[in-house]
Amino acid sequence: MIGEKEDMLKFPIFMDNHSTTPVDPRVLEAMLPYFTERFGNAASRNHSFGWEAEKGIDQAREQIAHLIHCDPKEIIFTSGATESNNLALKGVAEMYHEKGNHIITAVTEHKAILDTAKRLEKMGLTVTYLNVGTDGLVDPEAVKAVITDKTILISIMMANNEIGVIQPVAEIGKIAKEKGVIFHCDATQGVGKIPVDVQAMGIDLMSFSAHKIYGPKGVGALYVRKKNPRVRIAPMMDGGGHERGMRSGTLNVPGIVGFGKACEICEDEMAEEGTRLTRLRDKLKGQLLKELDEVYLNGHPTQRLPQNLNLSFAYVEGESLLMGLKEIALSSGSACTTATLEPSYVLRALGVGSDLAHSSLRFGLGRFNTQEEVDYVGRRVVETVRRLREMSPLYEMAKEGIDLKSVQWTEH
Amino acid sequence: MAYSNKVIDHYNNPRNVGSLDKSDPKVGTGIVGAPECGDVMKLQLKVANGVIEDAKFKTFGCGSAIASSSLATEWIKGKTIDEAFKIKNTEIVNELNLPPVKIHCSVLAEDAIKAAISDYKKKNGLSE
Repeated sequence: MIGEKEDMLKFPIFMDNHSTTPVDPRVLEAMLPYFTERFGNAASRNHSFGWEAEKGIDQAREQIAHLIHCDPKEIIFTSGATESNNLALKGVAEMYHEKGNHIITAVTEHKAILDTAKRLEKMGLTVTYLNVGTDGLVDPEAVKAVITDKTILISIMMANNEIGVIQPVAEIGKIAKEKGVIFHCDATQGVGKIPVDVQAMGIDLMSFSAHKIYGPKGVGALYVRKKNPRVRIAPMMDGGGHERGMRSGTLNVPGIVGFGKACEICEDEMAEEGTRLTRLRDKLKGQLLKELDEVYLNGHPTQRLPQNLNLSFAYVEGESLLMGLKEIALSSGSACTTATLEPSYVLRALGVGSDLAHSSLRFGLGRFNTQEEVDYVGRRVVETVRRLREMSPLYEMAKEGIDLKSVQWTEH
Repeated sequence: MAYSNKVIDHYNNPRNVGSLDKSDPKVGTGIVGAPECGDVMKLQLKVANGVIEDAKFKTFGCGSAIASSSLATEWIKGKTIDEAFKIKNTEIVNELNLPPVKIHCSVLAEDAIKAAISDYKKKNGLSE
């Protein structure tokens, strides 16, 4: 049934803002002149086209540095957070190889970190992958306990892309400082959404990206600390020595201008937006928990991003849920949604059983989601879960009082 | 998710969702798969005069799994148990245009049919 307000809804509804975000019209407006009029190469030192482009870059550096409380000179532009993560880990490993060969990270990091760590292991480094609690949080004491005199880097993300939990970054930063170990933070899901201060948090290297905060895809940054201590990284891209020798390649001027504008908007609007999205998210959560039984929140209940909700709906599989919600863009931790048929490794790390991992949905609210959209999504999810539970042999067995854990299943 | 129209149809209009009475000697029940794998199918058939006169299913699984088991119940109705036993997963794959990554759903549906037949035979003292 479509109510009055829903006539005004635009479909499909996008509620998967952790995967990417639409470009804010104000960001697009800021970028456009740099495609056609101010199209110069920012490295062209000798004419006004170059100078105009360079001005745009400088302004973006200022806007970004302001958001994260660093010096503009400490921003290195890359093609995205994946490249920044690669650069941070590989750059430190190479630069500090005489000091040590041990890296500490966590099992719930993004693949850009985990896959890079695996490559470094093949090259002879040792990596400690810390476990997380059932709430998804890393224990700072656990970090401290595994630091050795060969440890050259700690890399822990600020906020998790699947379950939204916010790690105790400042505590880890403090420990890293005490022990003299470089601390890298993949802050792709944190920057622009929650206050980030690399000074206060003791962060030495930080990755983040434009397309998660209403900026364009294809541009990101690595913050590299210059003082207290000075951090050095070996470049991964050679060819001209751009970005203080740390990342060669012509700068993506329009992308960077957009990135800067996106950060400026986030800084201005973060507090209000955070409040609004928290309210919408909590309303959605409340509605779903009220109307349905056996719904489980994945990850810490409060130490999480304002707009994230990751729920498991017992007895219903995630991909079939998404299929029933095809006018809404969401994602799931179910194996059936991946090419590799493995359920979400993040949920498994929390100790969530495979069956509940298969039953999860991730909601990522964003700047452009409205109350009406959230109400609609809530209603449709309730409807679809109920329908699928009627079709579910597991729900039937549970209602009959059978303990599913005691059943002898036939594997195939 | 590039689903074939047939899979979407079975998902939106599943045939024969429900349950038959497990304790009825004329009913065979097959439960295959495992929650950890994200796929569990329950398929039941009711036999009268050697012919499957009714079939029902319930599935915990993706759209392709639901469609495969829905199709299975459609196909076995009106067949003898020997004919139903001969249904191959490849026929399900072809009918639903399942991509390679979803072929295992059709295998599970074939297993479910066989499991239900096996249960019926056991209950009625018939040879496997």
